[in-house]
Amino acid sequence: MTKTKWRFEPKEGSFIEVFKYHDLLSQLVSRDLKLKYRRSFLGYLWSILNPLLVMIVMTIVFSTMFGRNLPNFPIYLLCGRIIFEFINTSTGKALGSITDNAVLLKKTYVSKFMFPLAKITSSMIDFVFSMGALVLVMTFLSIIRGECLFSFYNLLFPIVVIQVYVFSLGLGFLLAELHVFFRDIRYIYNAITVAWLYLSAIFYDASMLKAVPWVQFIVEHLNPAYIYIKQFRDIIWMGRNGLEVIYNTRIFAQNFLVGIAYALAMLAIGVFFFRRKQDKFILYI
Amino acid sequence: MFGFVKDLPREEKKSEYIVDLKDVTVRFNKASENVDNLKEYFVKLIRHELMFQEFLALQDINLQIRPGEAWGFVGTNGAGKSTLLKVISKILKPYKGTVSVNGTIASLIELGAGIDPQLTARENIYLNGTILGYSKKFIDSKFDDIVTFSELEEFLDSPVKNFSSGMKTRLSFSIATVMEPDILIVDEILAVGDALFRKKCMDRMNHMLSGGTTLLLVSHNINDIQRLCNKAMWINRGKTVMSGEAEEVCSAYQGNIADIKEKERLEREKQKQLNAQKKPT
Repeated sequence: MTKTKWRFEPKEGSFIEVFKYHDLLSQLVSRDLKLKYRRSFLGYLWSILNPLLVMIVMTIVFSTMFGRNLPNFPIYLLCGRIIFEFINTSTGKALGSITDNAVLLKKTYVSKFMFPLAKITSSMIDFVFSMGALVLVMTFLSIIRGECLFSFYNLLFPIVVIQVYVFSLGLGFLLAELHVFFRDIRYIYNAITVAWLYLSAIFYDASMLKAVPWVQFIVEHLNPAYIYIKQFRDIIWMGRNGLEVIYNTRIFAQNFLVGIAYALAMLAIGVFFFRRKQDKFILYI
Repeated sequence: MFGFVKDLPREEKKSEYIVDLKDVTVRFNKASENVDNLKEYFVKLIRHELMFQEFLALQDINLQIRPGEAWGFVGTNGAGKSTLLKVISKILKPYKGTVSVNGTIASLIELGAGIDPQLTARENIYLNGTILGYSKKFIDSKFDDIVTFSELEEFLDSPVKNFSSGMKTRLSFSIATVMEPDILIVDEILAVGDALFRKKCMDRMNHMLSGGTTLLLVSHNINDIQRLCNKAMWINRGKTVMSGEAEEVCSAYQGNIADIKEKERLEREKQKQLNAQKKPT
C-alpha cells in the first residue's frame, strides 16, 4: 500500500498562494531595504533620526499645550507617532505597488498579493529599526530623571506590531486594488491620512476631547490606529507602572481583542476585494 | 481545502494534452478615453457617458497541444498571437472559455522585464529567479550555471543599470532557461546579442526541444516556423483561420500573403494606368 502524500498546491489567485512564494517575499523585502539604505551615508541611522527629529520639534511645540498632565511627554509622543507612521508609510507604499510593477505583471504570472505584502513587510522592518529612537529617548530621559523608565513589559511590543501589520495588510490590499482603477485615490488617501493623524490622539490625550463626546467616541472606539497606539503606550510608556496597567488585565485584553478584530476584519475586506478584481488588473495597468 | 491536494503520481495526473484551450475568448475595453480616476468616473456616471466598447482580441480559440509538439503561430500584426501566449502563460485570464496547462512554463516574452536596474546582477538573479517561481535553494544550486552561461562573471556585483541591452538580455535569458521547462514560449527568435551568444541560445533551445520540451513560437519569419515547428496555427483578427500541420498552414498563409500582395500590385498598376491616361489631357 502506498502512502498518500499531501502537497501544498494552493488555488491560483487565492491569498494563501503567497505562502508558496515565500522566497520571493524575502527577495522583494530585501530589495526594498537595500535600495533604501544602500546609497545613503547615514544608512540605517535615518530610520532612527527621522522620528527623533520630528519628536523633538513636536515636543517643543506641544509639551506646553498638551503635555502638562502627561509625564514623560516625549515618550508618549514618540509611541503614537511611530505606530501611526508605520500604518501611514506602509499603506502608502502598498497603494502604488501593483501599478509600479505593471511591466512585471504583464510578463509573468506571480501572485499579485505579493507586491503589497512585500511593501508592508519591509515597512514593518523599518518600524522595528525606528524603535531605536524610542530606546534612545527612554535612555536619555532615564538618565535625566535618575530613574529607570524601562521595564520587562516593554518586551510585549510584538503583540501590537502583529495587529498593526495585519491591519495594514488589509488596508494595503484594498488601496492597491483601488489605485489600479482610480489613480486619484492617492491624493484622496493623502487627505484622509492627515485627518486620521489628528484623530489619533498622537500629541494629545484622548480624554481631552470629552467636551465633544461624539469626537471622543470616534477616536476611542472607531479608530483602529488609536487602539493600537493605546496598547503600544500601555506597554512602552506605562510599562514601568506595570502593576497598574498590566494588572488591569481586563482593559488590556479588551483593547487587544478589539484591535485584533479590526485587523482581521480589514484583512478580510482587503483580500476579498483584491481577489475579486485581480484578473482585471492587467487590463488597466 | 487550505490549498493541500493529494500528490498523485505524475502519470495519473497528466491528461493527454499539455495545453488545452476550449472556446477561449479574450475581451478588452476599447473605449477611446480610458477612465482611470474617480473624478472622471463620477462625472461620466452622472452624464451617462460610461461606455464599454467591446473588442474581442481572441474569439473561441480551441487549441490542444500534446507534450513534445512544436507549435508556430502566424498572423499579421495585432491578430492576437501574443495575446494567445499570454493566456497560456496565465498572465491574462480569458473572458470566456477554459485554459488548462499541465506543466512548467518558461516564457521568453519581453526578456528583461523583471530586471531591477538598481540592483546588481547577483541580486537580480535571485530576484528574477524567485519571480519565475524558482526556490532559493534551486537558484543557489544553479547560480554558477546562470553566471557562466550569461558570461557576466566580471560584472556580477555591478548594478544592472550600467549594463548594455545585450548584457541584460543575456542575463535574463540565462535565468529564464536554467530550468528545463515543460513548455517553452518564445515571442520572436532573439535578435539581440552577438552571433556567438545567439548560437548558444539556439543550442540551448534545441537541447530543450530534443529533451521533450513543448515549444510555442510566435514569429513573422515563416522560415523559422517551418524549420522549428511541426504544427502551426494561423490567427487573423482573433479567430483561428487554420490549424494543423506546419507545412500546410504555412503554405496557405504564404499563399494568402502572396494573394494580398498580388491584389495590392494590381491595384497600384491600375492607379498608374489611370494616372498615365490623365496626364496627356
